[in-house]
Amino acid sequence: MIEILLLIFGGMALGYLLRRNKQVIRVTERLIIWSIFLLLFLMGLSIGRDPIIVGSLPSLGLNALLISIAGITGSLVLALLLWKSFFRKKP
Amino acid sequence: MLLSLKILLFFAAGILLGHTGLLVFIPLGTDLGKYALYLLMFLVGISIGADSKSLLTIKKQGPRLFLLPLATVLGTFAGVLLITKLLPGISTREGLAVGAGFGYYSLSSIIISELHSETLGVTALLANIIREIITLLLAPLMVIVFSKLGPIAAAGATSMDTTLPIITAASGKEFAIIALAHGIILTILVPLLVTLILWM
Repeated sequence: MIEILLLIFGGMALGYLLRRNKQVIRVTERLIIWSIFLLLFLMGLSIGRDPIIVGSLPSLGLNALLISIAGITGSLVLALLLWKSFFRKKP
Repeated sequence: MLLSLKILLFFAAGILLGHTGLLVFIPLGTDLGKYALYLLMFLVGISIGADSKSLLTIKKQGPRLFLLPLATVLGTFAGVLLITKLLPGISTREGLAVGAGFGYYSLSSIIISELHSETLGVTALLANIIREIITLLLAPLMVIVFSKLGPIAAAGATSMDTTLPIITAASGKEFAIIALAHGIILTILVPLLVTLILWM
């Protein structure tokens, strides 16, 4: 997993050097979108082939919903605390 | 929204084609996915580094700008920590990895299914899509109960694009910059935090 972090930071350095090259940036953004399409398609393909995962989709969905609600609620509470302690007083 | 829809279509098409047994000639479970992920991470790095406008937005606003992203990260982790204590099927680390998607469902689910398991990848995909949808639906209510910062924190990484219109409508135009910077910071954090959580 260290590879992933190195690749991101290496990419950031390269991107910073190439930041004035509009062509490179445009191509990179297209490639990102198509890699995401491809990877999620492959992920779907692999899940579709696995009857155990397909069968457990409803329970995964419930877990996902609860995790999502819990994360959102926690963020909302801290955002409110931040608002009360910092933001409200500033113009 | 159109892009989200396309991403979901590709995912759904994959499930259908996999389920029907078509395309069995495509080999899965090989290193193909790993290298595709490596490529994607490198590309994401380039696009972050090359985005001088976003970096300038962050720099101009100063350190105060990091407070709200920090609240979102800590709040999400606190909420997820509590809920994973109650859910039997998922460990705290797995829950935190899912939560660290902050609504960026495409990238987080790809990383998680590659580094951990497909089951958790699907959970991440669903949980983070739900985060975006809940924010889109409830932003006006969040402003009333949790202040104008509420919908921005709830939006997570999506506050810079898909949920930005509803945030500016619900919280006001003067919060657009805060929302934009918040989304940019979290978008950068997603691949880093998800990887670190699964690694530790």
